Amino acid sequence: MKKSKSLLLIIALVLVIGTVLAGCGNNTNSANNGNNGNTANTGNTAGDEKLAADQTLRLNMTADVPTFDPGQAQDSQAHVALKLMYEGLVRVDKDGKEAPGVAEKWEVSADGLVYTFHLRDSQWSNGDPVTANDFVFAWKRVLDPATVPAPPYAQQLYYLKNAEQFNKGEIKDFSEVGVKAQDDHTLVVTLKNPTAYFLNLMDFYTFYPVHKSVEGNDKWATDTKTMITNGPFNLTSWITGQSLEYTKNDTYWDKDNIKLTKITSTIVNEASTEVLSYKNGEIDRAGAPNGDIPPDQVPVLKTELPDDFTLKPVASIYYYEFNTLVEPFDNANIRKAFAMSISRQDIVDKVTLASQTPAFGYIPPGIKGSTDAGDYRSEYKDDYFTEDYAEAKKLLELGMKEKGYTTLPPVTLIYNTSEGHKKIALAIADMWKNNLGVEVKTENQEWGVFIENRQNGDYQVARAGWNPDYNDPMTFMDMWKKGNGNNDIKLDNPEYDKLLDEAFSEVDNAKRMANFRKAEEILVKDQMGIMPIYYYTNVSLVKPYLKGVSVGYDGAVDYSKVYLLEH
Amino acid sequence: MVRYISNKFFYMLVSLVILITATFFLMKAIPGDPFMSEKKVPPAVQARLYQQYGLDQPVWKQYLKYMGNIAQGDLGISMKQLNQDVSGLIGKTFSASLKLGSIAIVVSVIIGVLLGMLAALYHRKLIDNVAMVIAVLGIAVPSFLVAALLQYIFAYKFHMFRVMGFTGPLDYVLPVAALSFKPIAFIARLTRSSMLEVLHADYIKTAKAKGLNWATIMFRHVIRNGIMPVVTYVGPMTADIVTGSVVIEQIFGIGGIGKQFVQAIGVRDYTLIMGITIFYGVLLMLARFTTDILYVFIDPRIKLSGRKEG
Repeated sequence: MKKSKSLLLIIALVLVIGTVLAGCGNNTNSANNGNNGNTANTGNTAGDEKLAADQTLRLNMTADVPTFDPGQAQDSQAHVALKLMYEGLVRVDKDGKEAPGVAEKWEVSADGLVYTFHLRDSQWSNGDPVTANDFVFAWKRVLDPATVPAPPYAQQLYYLKNAEQFNKGEIKDFSEVGVKAQDDHTLVVTLKNPTAYFLNLMDFYTFYPVHKSVEGNDKWATDTKTMITNGPFNLTSWITGQSLEYTKNDTYWDKDNIKLTKITSTIVNEASTEVLSYKNGEIDRAGAPNGDIPPDQVPVLKTELPDDFTLKPVASIYYYEFNTLVEPFDNANIRKAFAMSISRQDIVDKVTLASQTPAFGYIPPGIKGSTDAGDYRSEYKDDYFTEDYAEAKKLLELGMKEKGYTTLPPVTLIYNTSEGHKKIALAIADMWKNNLGVEVKTENQEWGVFIENRQNGDYQVARAGWNPDYNDPMTFMDMWKKGNGNNDIKLDNPEYDKLLDEAFSEVDNAKRMANFRKAEEILVKDQMGIMPIYYYTNVSLVKPYLKGVSVGYDGAVDYSKVYLLEH
Repeated sequence: MVRYISNKFFYMLVSLVILITATFFLMKAIPGDPFMSEKKVPPAVQARLYQQYGLDQPVWKQYLKYMGNIAQGDLGISMKQLNQDVSGLIGKTFSASLKLGSIAIVVSVIIGVLLGMLAALYHRKLIDNVAMVIAVLGIAVPSFLVAALLQYIFAYKFHMFRVMGFTGPLDYVLPVAALSFKPIAFIARLTRSSMLEVLHADYIKTAKAKGLNWATIMFRHVIRNGIMPVVTYVGPMTADIVTGSVVIEQIFGIGGIGKQFVQAIGVRDYTLIMGITIFYGVLLMLARFTTDILYVFIDPRIKLSGRKEG
């Protein structure tokens, strides 16, 4: 018996050592890979770019696409897919400019209310011409109260005159809504208010045209055979929860500028597997927005694959919400004390590790300012508060006095279950304890539970994040108006609401931005209803031979113009 | 026999109704619903969605309506995977899990039994010890770790397979290996202990004394009796494996039913949660039912209608 025990021990040891050795072996291996990447890269920049013979792009997605119906879509995976399968009136290019899409050219009236789009001759994948009526049909579908299920993004079309009323059933006649097909090639759109970013929205999936064959066939978007599309690629294979395959669409009007012949995608929701697969050369791009890279691998990957590692700031913000209706956060000084007593730089450097920018305001960099080329955040710095622990303690005392507390009521911070959110929550709770002397309980909640608690106001502090629906500060600001469904902090500030109402109907962009500035000041500086933490970055790994990936201000990606160099 | 079967069927139906009812109300009791989202949709749209899917009704009405549909064999459409039939989704994803699972079962039984036999025959020798180390590891190491290690060693280090992706026959190797690891370990241990018992049984000694040759003893007596416990274990194991391993399907990107089920719960896809629950329920009940019937044929000691009064 004794003998067999020691034998077991030896075998176990051998196995352990073997695993460790395998680990070491790998490191040298990947270092070599890195070097190979290096030489390949210098070769490319030296001059002639030769296209690879096989123009197949291989990707991974962390989740399946819930629907391929542009009118029903509402998630980032559908965003990636539909950009490949459809073409809107315009297509936003890699510099963020609206390039002609189905519309060849367009005019905007002097008051900024009427857009006239002139459509080119282009075709659906079954050969039918794409006409102005296809847009009217698609937009009506989204707004029609009779559409089943009710399109969740209908409000994206509320910019059109009378669209909201039609969607709510207050107007029955669609001809009163601000979209008309003057003829097959002319689409006239009338807006409710002049909207600077309206053109940009034309490349958002809710505005894509839909082929008339979908009428009466509610299963059309579940079968690749009935998906008639007009974009650069057709979806040719879809295995639920497993894989997707797109093939170049030969009826696409701009097919000569599409170099890829095929795009394949696996569906694996396991970040470390995705990275391993990337390193193994099975996929050409890993990471956001369709894929995922584990945060704890970021520092390693940065040095291990310097040519592939890509960091891109995106216009989204990570923050905590204070419930301004419950104790102790119904006091502004206490909220300020909490917001001022953490070190955002430390969180970014030691916890999240992806070079995010510490946030001291609510509107992230990358959102347009008063001019088309401008950036709101560089026009107006986010200098609403500083991290000052001594001052924070004073504010806490002041707040407690105002509330008549001798001790602070117990505070619980909630976040939805995720390793990343947990690390940040623990770090922040620790900072509050050390810098402010306040003991805060952290509690993770399953997504559905979390969302319900936050929306019902059953919380004190909660983790939150926001990404834009369009490129304008309004997409971040209008949520805090009184009565807005997303106003989970229950901010109720008449001046804030007034500033936003003015910005909504104001044509002069500089004036609008000044209003946003004042509103942001109320939200962050005066009220501190939210505690900004950091502005997001997207981490991705891109093979050096992969060119032409276009990533938008919001991190959305367009793969249609991608090409692969010889490698 | 007929009475036994009809009785069994009746009880299956009752348990199924209990299962559906309990799941339905528990599911409704979890906070959240299929149309929750971080970005709220306009209240009018939200109300319309609830109404279209009947979620505006009181829960008991929804329950009665659902039971009515079930009675007609209608599982409804998924609430999150737009306009997809629940039955279609179950069919598609279950066939993926079934295919992978069947291979894993065959592999586990063959390797497990072989390993167990070798261990028993070379009792307390090197082979025995190695086999038992493997068995202990197989039971102790969680499958996500096994899967990750397999990917790391065989796909990344030795480039023998792809890390992820699931198209060709080669892509089955790693998932099958990861899926079979634990059953192999279990079967090996079962086989070993029961074989050891059989090897020391009196009738084997008798057989040896009678001068039968080794092969005859092995095949006629030892193996046949030794793998009986394995047969018993294969039932629940099959059920466990073909219902889909969430972890394996997630890591290797296989469109199986286990992954669907977990996702459905996460997004509160009510109809899909119910559909898969019912499907699992029926599957497991049928498996038990078949086993019960089979016992009658395999083991003559079991009599169905034997327990009459007096």
